[in-house]
Amino acid sequence: MTNNLSPKERLAISRALMPAQDPVARSRNFKEVNLGLDEESAIKEAQRCLLCKSRNCVSGCPVGVSIPEFVGALAEGDLAKAATILQRDNALPAVCGRVCPQEAQCEAECLRGKKGESVAIGNLERFVADWALHHPQQLAPVETAKSRGKKVAVVGCGPAGLTVAGELIGKGHDITIFEALHDTGGVLRYGIPEFRLPKEIIDIEIDRLVARGVKIECNVIIGKTLTLDDLQKEFDAVFLGNGAGLPVLLGIPGENLNGVYAANEYLTRVNLMGAGQSEECTTPIVRGKRVAVIGAGNTAMDCVRTARRLGAEAAMIVYRREEAQMPARLEEVHHAKEEGVQFVMLASPLEIGGDTDDWVRWLRCQKMMLGEADASGRRRPVPVEGETILLDADVVINALGTSANPLLTATAPDLVLNRWGNITVDANAATSLPGVFAGGDIVRGGATVILAMGDGKRAAQSIDNYLKSS
Amino acid sequence: MFPVIKNDLIAPKLHRLVVSAPRVAVARKAGQFVIVRQGVGEERIPLTIGDADPQEGTITLFVQAIGTSTQKIVNTPAGGSLLDVAGPLGMPTEIKTWGRVACVGGGVGTAVLYPMAKALAAAGNEVTTIIGGRSKSIIILADELAAFSHDLRISTDDGSAGCKGFVTDSLGSLLVDEAVRPQAVLAVGPAGMMRAVAEQTRPYGIHTVVSLNPIMIDGTGMCGGCRVQIGDEIKFACVDGPEFDGHQVHFDGLVKRLAMYKAHEENCRLLAS
Repeated sequence: MTNNLSPKERLAISRALMPAQDPVARSRNFKEVNLGLDEESAIKEAQRCLLCKSRNCVSGCPVGVSIPEFVGALAEGDLAKAATILQRDNALPAVCGRVCPQEAQCEAECLRGKKGESVAIGNLERFVADWALHHPQQLAPVETAKSRGKKVAVVGCGPAGLTVAGELIGKGHDITIFEALHDTGGVLRYGIPEFRLPKEIIDIEIDRLVARGVKIECNVIIGKTLTLDDLQKEFDAVFLGNGAGLPVLLGIPGENLNGVYAANEYLTRVNLMGAGQSEECTTPIVRGKRVAVIGAGNTAMDCVRTARRLGAEAAMIVYRREEAQMPARLEEVHHAKEEGVQFVMLASPLEIGGDTDDWVRWLRCQKMMLGEADASGRRRPVPVEGETILLDADVVINALGTSANPLLTATAPDLVLNRWGNITVDANAATSLPGVFAGGDIVRGGATVILAMGDGKRAAQSIDNYLKSS
Repeated sequence: MFPVIKNDLIAPKLHRLVVSAPRVAVARKAGQFVIVRQGVGEERIPLTIGDADPQEGTITLFVQAIGTSTQKIVNTPAGGSLLDVAGPLGMPTEIKTWGRVACVGGGVGTAVLYPMAKALAAAGNEVTTIIGGRSKSIIILADELAAFSHDLRISTDDGSAGCKGFVTDSLGSLLVDEAVRPQAVLAVGPAGMMRAVAEQTRPYGIHTVVSLNPIMIDGTGMCGGCRVQIGDEIKFACVDGPEFDGHQVHFDGLVKRLAMYKAHEENCRLLAS
């Protein structure tokens, strides 16, 4: 197949719609919502790319995927070539194709988006990555790099750590990932629900890294089981990607009532431990009938949509600003609405109330309005004096975010932290300690999978340079 | 995989397991715990590390079969293995030379108390150990505790071992006598017992430490499920504890949160109830 359409012909093709499960049916099951493009529509979508010279999409990608090249190969029908390019540039393409906020990254830069709809780069990435996962025999085997005799420890098996591992194993370094939990993937597994990122995809992506020689040791908590000092003695370089940590508390009365969850606990019970997903699972979870989720990021959307699937009749997002300011991916908001999630906007939680047995019964919020713009340019929510909103709720989930986990850093006194306890790094992801690099949420606070992966890619390059010179 | 070296039944439903976990055995300090998952699909169970042998690379765990997952752990014979053992977690016991210390254990809480008391005795304290329970069958580790205790007092509700009565009766007799009154008290057991001990020592202003057993999942501070109110602050038992100033603990909230999954099976909590 050739990709020699005229620009006019390309412009005449409209953006392929991502097929999805029926909203009513899916709001009661955990199967993946998006079904993926078929080959014909993916190729047609790829042919929408104008192959422009500016290549702005690449600069919009935190890991710098060669987007025009893989999309071009797909448009020619050469799936193996497209897959090879994608897997070379991105350690976890099947994950990114599902969870990246493309509308704010590559697709935001797409020339076609200036006068219409951008090329559906995320959907194409997912299509090619999934094809690759299911047709490994059609791909040329990744060449095993010659061993360079250097050992690198990676702390945390989440997106940052996996990216570092994937990049450095390809450069011939010996990689060991240490993971605190009993299973791999970090936030990809405990945080992101099955209906958005199936566990099978994480398993195959990680198996691919293991097949290339990456070693993974679970149940090792750096700062407790071993210290950073231990790792520095045994390894030539260390990458810290131990992720987000402690939930930020609401700091309002009633926070400790039964039925009040931090998002991490709620999601971990369901995603990592399997609560509510099968009859055999022994992990309990409180299935609320009226569930209020505080916050409006991706984690909040994951919680509220999980609550629907666990049987909530009313599942609500409670947010102190307006819908336009919600930080979640557009698709998550769109999907949540289709699934019957309610949005309570301009409401700032004041108090959680309970019954005599200390079970949650309601959430009282301050009514807000948008005032003057703050330093970030967003209009600041201010209270509407004397007006409150009372929501009946039997489960309240706090999805405000997390603060830095101090377990590792508490045992590494020479590691320079910022005032929030996050690790300070330079432009090359290097920390204050020689040979120790860091990235992802332990550096950024709460961010996205792809930003963590971008950090990982940058850190891997720095580590490789460091090992060359050491 | 973490091989089980020994598995002994020491009281009804209560087993002592010696498990090979070399890194934990080296890193562990008194008062810390591990999270154990027996096999795929099982709960993550927090268990206090009773003892450790860094040379042999083993740790000792006391496990009470109270639910499906704990039952599977105690059913693992010597020669078998546990799938996941993660730790050591939590803050170690504050080991100081107080002078006279009373260590009070209720029921299975005695297993949690044991390493704390042992470390305090090794630090030169005069340790009076008071253990108790409903009846003789759940009095555990008496010989082991006697080995380093200045005095070991046993009480049972039914009088089948030691004195008839509660551990608080025994502690009360120490508190009233200035000549034997302890400078510090450690209490581990059911929340009601720990609260009673804290209330007993409060008028004397005696430093009182309790070890809490809230529901937890990851044990690294990530989930926030184990939060407890200590004075005006909310703390996470897994990273800030599990030991806290007994005079500051809000026991009401702890007890109510422990009942959160009563309707379900409550088996993901520290071994101390």
